[in-house]
This record gives sequence, structure tokens and C-alpha cells, in this order.
Amino acid sequence: MSIEIKDVHKSFGALEVVKGVTMTVEKGEVVSVIGGSGSGKSTLLMCINGLEPINSGHILVDGTDVHARGTDLNKLRRKIGIVFQQWNAFPHLTVLENVMLAPRKVLGKSRAEAEAIAVEKLSHVGLAEKLKVYPSRLSGGQQQRMAIARALAMSPDYMLFDEVTSALDPQLVGEVLDTMRLLSSEGMTMIVVTHEIAFAREVSNRVAFFHKGRIHEIGPPAQVIGAPREPETVAFLKSVL
Amino acid sequence: MFSSVSAFFAPLFETSFSLNDLMFMLKGAGITLALTFWAVLGGTLLGVVFGVIRAISPWWVNLPIGIVLDIFRSIPLLIQLVLANSFKTIIGVRWDSFTIGCIVLALYCCSYCTEIVRSGFLAVPATTRRAARSLGMSWTQDLTAIVFPIALRVGLPSWIGLTLGVMKDTAMVWWIGVVELLRSSQVIVTRIQEPLFVLSIAGLIYFLMSFPIARLGARLEKRWREND
Amino acid sequence: MNYTFHWLPAFRALPDMLWGALVTLEVAVLSMLLGVFFAVLLAVASGSNYRVLRGAAASWIELARNTPALFQIYMAYFGLGSLGIHLDSFPALLAGITFNNAGYLAETFRGGLRAVPPTQLRAARSLGMGQIQAFRLIVLPQMFRVVFYPLTNQMVWAILMTSLGVIVGLNNDLTGVTQELNVRSFRTFEYFALAAVIYYLLAKLVTLSARLLAWRLFRY
Repeated sequence: MSIEIKDVHKSFGALEVVKGVTMTVEKGEVVSVIGGSGSGKSTLLMCINGLEPINSGHILVDGTDVHARGTDLNKLRRKIGIVFQQWNAFPHLTVLENVMLAPRKVLGKSRAEAEAIAVEKLSHVGLAEKLKVYPSRLSGGQQQRMAIARALAMSPDYMLFDEVTSALDPQLVGEVLDTMRLLSSEGMTMIVVTHEIAFAREVSNRVAFFHKGRIHEIGPPAQVIGAPREPETVAFLKSVL
Repeated sequence: MFSSVSAFFAPLFETSFSLNDLMFMLKGAGITLALTFWAVLGGTLLGVVFGVIRAISPWWVNLPIGIVLDIFRSIPLLIQLVLANSFKTIIGVRWDSFTIGCIVLALYCCSYCTEIVRSGFLAVPATTRRAARSLGMSWTQDLTAIVFPIALRVGLPSWIGLTLGVMKDTAMVWWIGVVELLRSSQVIVTRIQEPLFVLSIAGLIYFLMSFPIARLGARLEKRWREND
Repeated sequence: MNYTFHWLPAFRALPDMLWGALVTLEVAVLSMLLGVFFAVLLAVASGSNYRVLRGAAASWIELARNTPALFQIYMAYFGLGSLGIHLDSFPALLAGITFNNAGYLAETFRGGLRAVPPTQLRAARSLGMGQIQAFRLIVLPQMFRVVFYPLTNQMVWAILMTSLGVIVGLNNDLTGVTQELNVRSFRTFEYFALAAVIYYLLAKLVTLSARLLAWRLFRY
């Protein structure tokens, strides 16, 4: 059980943003991806659950080739939860309905079952008090935690986080990071694209440093963040710390 | 099918439609434009006055004006024209139908223009106006240098749309006896019995009067939105 | 001014006029239902890859928006006759207003579609929803809110446009009935004033019920 990324290339028109990335994330692992903006790390996440097509290479999720013809992406995406930088709450649904929707419509669960799951996940991220509220009434941090609960409600095997704190006000970052800490302590497999270096160091089993569409350095946080070998990594860490 | 197609094209080759008829229709189009001009002029002047009043006055002034102007937007123009025309007879003034048409259309135009001016006025954030005043501008300077230019940008695309709307609505004026474009084509249709051909020419003239201005409005709106 | 108003005959005719108002509503509602149907087709066609479809949709939309509604009704009534299609007053009026509604609503729908950010669709897809499911559950409800207000406006316009039926000989809608009464008695002002009041009430009925509905539907 793993996500295997093999020599993936991805271009937008003439611009190649991912230039041959290979990496494997084992079940139970937390891998953080750091690097400057435009280094292709967010794009890679979109490719993992098939939201963006790739130009060459393979991505295998539990052995299933995501980009092969005939792969049922809708089915595959059930086991990969993703949370975006812009939290993308569904504004016309209450917090509870936001989380209930996919279990009901995609997994075919009954209203009662879906509600039980949603309440559980929302309590887990600390939003038990906000069930009947519309997202517009929530702070950015709360909306982002709701987005996490919404992804968790599908009982995914993997969770992808795409710079989930970069659009938040500084004082709201902590609550979202706390929720992610909680997930990692429960053994959730996570790929976390982030600018929060301290957080990456704390929760990750491994850290990957992205630079110009390639993985420049990958390894335990103590090495990549604590004692980087590549000059680009050193320069990047200097610029953000 | 073939016969109907040839019926459509036949007039192009053998039609009783003469150059005189075309001139007659263009004269009608001139009346349409004249009606539009006077109605939009009057409606806009009134609309600016009422719009500014609505934007700055307390609710007990604002509300009655709003309700009265809303009436013009909630009754068919055709009925308004008939009412105005018969009211003219009742009170015994000797205005011609053209004047009545202009007045009714101007009031109709005013009821929409008021809302455009008002929302343009209200679109200027209080903070912007405060900034202007804090620079030492007077109330009138604030109005002319800050509020009007911004309100104009907000309102101009809608105003262009309104002008085109009024131009199209002038077509109803023939019910009270003004021979504008649509009526003049109707006169010709009755005589030469080629309705599709004659009406197509009328439609083309309407389109040529309206489409370029509509495009200009859309362009303005797009450009100004990009700058925001 | 030596004119005496005679309101009594007008009030006696009220039941007839109310029946006329029902026909008016009928035309307006039908023209809206058909208009929405064609507007959706037009909106889809104008985003299509086929030039012919795009061109046809654009012609319909521009023609509907750049010529008078009365002209469009005229075309349906007199113009189509040259092509061997002879419509009665009622269907001609309905066709004209439907044509007009569809042209305006197509633009409204296109705007509504643009108003829903593409990231919403992406978020829905990431939860495992199919394209159609995501569109139905996520995009459509949000789009509906955006187009709701323009939709009610168009409904009011449709009611007002039905009054043009009298010009192509419709005699059983509100304006048609009023005109018949007028021709018989020449109490023009009284009859048409009463008709104006009924039109006003119809328009307000639509606006108010739309507002109530919006209040129930859009809690967010």
C-alpha cells in the first residue's frame, strides 16, 4: 500500500513545471514537500488524484495507475482526500451538509449514516458547534478545518494538503496545523505541501525539497532541514526562516 | 421547403419595394431616433436629479420617490401611452402624439435612470469620500472630482443599455399614431404584401442602430472591469 | 376640463378583465418556461466547438437583444406568413416573447455560469463526484442563486410584453379585453387605468413572491 510516483513530467503549454519526479510514499508515512513558489509541488498533488493530466511517467496508488485509460478516477479519488489552499467550501450548503454530501452521493450512504459520519469528523476537527451554520459565517481557519473534515468523511487512505495555511491570517494558522498534527498522530498517510518549515520538521517522516520541477533533496527532516547538503536547499531555507 | 425559400428570396429579384419605400422607412427611422433622443435627454436629466436625491435623502423622501418611479416600470408602456394620450384629450391640451410619446418615454427612462444614478452614487465607498475630504476638498469638490467620475464609470454601461432599451421601446409609440420605423414598414407591408422582406429591412435598420452601441457598451464595461 | 369620469362601467367590467389577466399570466408563464428551455440550449450552443452552432446561437441572442420585442412579435405574426407558417395571435405572441426571453436569459445563464468559480467544480471532483453529479449538486444550485433575480425581472418584463398582443389582434388577454371594452364604450381612460392597476398588481405579485421564495431558498 503506497503512492508511487515514477518519472512524472507535466507541462502547461510550453512550460514544463514537473520535470521527472520519482518518489514513493508508504502507508502511514507523512511526507512534507517544501520549495519556492512555482516549483511545481502543488501541480504534483493535482496529478496524484488525477485532477491534472500528466505528460509522461506513472503514478500508482495502491498499484492502480492513476493516468491509465480505463482507470475509474471517481472511484480512485474516494481513497485520496485533498485539501486546497483556497478551502473551497460549498457556499450553498451548511457545514454539516458540506461534509455529508459526498458520503451520501458518492458512497451511497443513507442520510442517517452520512450525518453520523459528518458529525464525528466535524467534532474531530473541533467544529461540533457549527453544524447548522453556512460557511460564509466561518473564519478562514474554520472553513479550512471543515474542508479537512469533508475530505476525512470519505474515509480516505491518503490525505493531500496543498498549502492549506498560506491563504490564512497568521493567527488562524495554528488551529489548522493542530488538526493536521492530530491526523498524523493517528497514523494517517499524508503528503503535505507547505511553507511552514517548523511544522514540516515536527510532523514529517521525510521532507522533500522541490526546486525548478525536480526533487533536489529528500530525506528525514533532521537532514533536509537540519543539515541540508545542496546549496539550493540552504539558500531556500535561509530565505524562509 | 423549396417554395418557401424561393418566396423569401424572390423579392430580391422581383419586388415591388421601391427606393421611395426605403426612403419612407429611413424617415421612420429618423423619427425613432428623434423620439429616443428627446426621451433619453429628458429621462437622464430627471434621472440624475432624482437619483442624487434618492442617494442622499432620508428614507421618508427616498421611499415615496422610489414607489412612484417603480410604477413606471411595472405597467406596460403601451398602457402608459394610451393613458397619457387619453388624459391629454381629457384635460384638453393640444399636444401631438410625438410630444406625448416623448413625455411618456422620458418618464419611463427617468424611472430606470434614477436607479442607475443612485447605485452609481452609492457605489462610491464612504472611505474614498472621507479620504477626499481629509485632503481638504470641499463638499462640492468631493462631489465633482471624486463621486461623479466614479459613479459615471459604474453607471455608464447600464445607461447605454437603457438608451438602447428606450430606442427599442419607441416601437410602441405607433399605437398612439406616430409613424416611426416599425409603423412605416407596416404601411409598406399593407401596400405591397411582402411582410417578411420589408420587416427584415426594418429589423436590419434597428439592428444597425443598436448593435454598434451595444458593442461599445460591452467593451467599455469589460475594459473598466479589468482596470479594477 | 369638462370631462366627467365614469368609473362604474369600468368596475362592472372587472371580472372580464381579471379573466384577461389570467390569459396574460398564462402567456407570460409559458413564454418563461419555453424561454428558459431555449436559453439553456443557446447557452450550451454558444460554448460549443461547432462554429455553425455558435453562430446560430449568437444570431438569435443578438437579434433578440437588438430589435424591439414588438418587431419580434410582428415577425412571428406577419413575417413567418411569407414562409408559409401562419400563426394565430396567441401563438405568435407566445413565440415572439419566447424568442425575446431566450435571448436575454441565455446571456444571464452564461453570466451565472461564469460566476461559479471553477475551483468549486474541482473540489467536488476531488471528492469522487462525476462531472455531471458535480455540476448538478455544486455548480447548478450556486448558479441558480445568481440568475434568480434576473429571472424574476425577465418574468415581469414578460408580463409587460404580453400587452403587445393587442397589436397582432389578441383580444382575450388583459390589454385585449380592455381594448374591446374601450372600442364599445370609448371610456378609454377609465378602462385602461384599471388595466394599469391590474398590471401593477401582477408585477408586484411576481416580485413579492420571488422575494419570499429567495428568502426561503437562499439562506446562505
